[in-house]
Amino acid sequence: MTTKDIIKPENLVYAKPSVMNNNTMHYCPGCSHGVIHKLIAEVIGEMGIQDKAIGVAPVGCAVFAYNYLDIDWHEAAHGRAPAVATGIKRLLPDNYVFTYQGDGDLAAIGTAETIHACNRGENIAIFFVNNGIYGMTGGQMAPTTLLGMKTSTCPSGRQEDLNGFPLPITTLVAQLEGTRYVTRQSVHTANAVKKAKKAIRKALENSAEGKGTSFVEFVSTCNAGWKMSPAEANTWMEKNMIPVYPIGDLKDK
Amino acid sequence: MEQDIKLLKGNEAVAEAAIRCGCDGYFGYPITPQSEIMETLMQLEPWKTTGMVVLQAESEVAAINMVYGGAGCGKRVMTSSSSPGMSLKQEGLSYMAGADLPGLVVSVMRGGPGLGTIQSSQADYFQTVKGGGHGDYKMITLAPASVQEMADFTVLGFELAFKYNIVSVVLADGIIGQMMEKVQLPPYQKRLTNDEIREKYPWATLGKPANRKPNVITSLELDSALMEQRNLNLQKKYKEIEKNEVRYEEIACEDAEYLLVAFGSSARICQKTVELAREKGIKLGLFRPITLFPFPTNEIYAYTNTVKAILTVELNAGQMVEDVRLAVNGTIPVEHYGRMGGIVPTAEEILEVTEKLIAK
Repeated sequence: MTTKDIIKPENLVYAKPSVMNNNTMHYCPGCSHGVIHKLIAEVIGEMGIQDKAIGVAPVGCAVFAYNYLDIDWHEAAHGRAPAVATGIKRLLPDNYVFTYQGDGDLAAIGTAETIHACNRGENIAIFFVNNGIYGMTGGQMAPTTLLGMKTSTCPSGRQEDLNGFPLPITTLVAQLEGTRYVTRQSVHTANAVKKAKKAIRKALENSAEGKGTSFVEFVSTCNAGWKMSPAEANTWMEKNMIPVYPIGDLKDK
Repeated sequence: MEQDIKLLKGNEAVAEAAIRCGCDGYFGYPITPQSEIMETLMQLEPWKTTGMVVLQAESEVAAINMVYGGAGCGKRVMTSSSSPGMSLKQEGLSYMAGADLPGLVVSVMRGGPGLGTIQSSQADYFQTVKGGGHGDYKMITLAPASVQEMADFTVLGFELAFKYNIVSVVLADGIIGQMMEKVQLPPYQKRLTNDEIREKYPWATLGKPANRKPNVITSLELDSALMEQRNLNLQKKYKEIEKNEVRYEEIACEDAEYLLVAFGSSARICQKTVELAREKGIKLGLFRPITLFPFPTNEIYAYTNTVKAILTVELNAGQMVEDVRLAVNGTIPVEHYGRMGGIVPTAEEILEVTEKLIAK
């Protein structure tokens, strides 16, 4: 098979999802955001809901998520995405409304909005990218930073007596009556990516059925913030993050 | 219609008027002295009649962000609060201003600073009129002086908000929120359908049809030149509002030699002071700004040829007086009389202060 044959449309086996546009992403090479964005775009395309999906972007690295997926978006204030999504979904009950948030946004400054949206059982999907660090502001300690993990605001490593413990927010929201589907996924291997995509689809499908909040955590890397190569970051995540934030469904009712 | 005339508290009138004027959603958090707004809405259950959503949020912060979300969808949405709660809403209000979103906020002031008091105050004039959140922004501010105006300004607030894509604030105080008066309620207007919203507000995020680009509700712009342009556009809008939307009331001003300037509940008391002064032969008038932004600057300046001095009366340490002084620009003396902490002056007390000013 020549190069000419390979690029023939009938030989196409994989393509950029149609919901994703051609804007150059601002994410660092190796970052998990790009993969997760692509998966959400694929699911929206496959479900045929581009005209009904409304995303709520966070403050954090994904602040410009709206530049990459061709759907309607709201840019929320830091931590407020679940409240913004609540307003949208209550007024547009037939739309698919989701938030896309990082750990600082969702589990520190926005903890109240997260807990209460989940507790009310808002029919939204919450996509939570947990890389244990504030990426956009330059690598500060996050609520999910592991004990002993070094960041610019805990340069000798997170200490429990000074900084408290990593916050297992996903475990918390799974306890709430309002949540229907709570799962932890990752996107660091081909197999993990496949499972993560299924979780995204389930979360979005649930949000249309009106039976409560779906919450998908993606245990992720921040190789730039962690000061590692992408490959090292993946290995470090497997060894250190996943034991604290184990992959799998916490709730599926 | 007869059934449209009711005896209501100011706060109750807001709730009744909101349902009638086609409001799509209310998101709030309880705080004295305005809790009757959400309580009345919950009792009236408008979701069963007009389809209006009413939701008690977990905080004032969440409530204003629910409004931000609803407003971005082109819906007529509102919240209400009082001073400490309004402080919490400033973040969301700044974002709404930055994203050119329409919305209605009813702020029923109580005394501060801090937890302060649940009694009436007008100490949030600066917070509301000068933009209490971050950035250069303004909100249309309507100051009701009666229960009737609580109902009327709920309707007008929404109209102006959607005319200019701006937040309108009905800035009342505990007295106006709590007192009962006869009120003529506004006629019922239908809520807009999603198709009507798409037609009227092409920026609204109702989901992206194949034939248009994505709509994005955002205040973020990292390119300084573009961000400056956004600011210039906002300022242009505020200038337009200053040109078109100034509202005020003049009582016994035609032959006035001295002028009281007061808004809201203070103006109600000053109305009595004017009567008492006239009985004594003092030519005193009352100028009541109804819009605090846009402020009736030119209209007050016009009195500097005929009036010898102005006394502003406010339930604060002197806030609106600064705008009155800017308006008269040093041409005539402007003094301030204020009570704080929930104390409300009597008409006689204000007359005494006025007479001292005249004697100077």
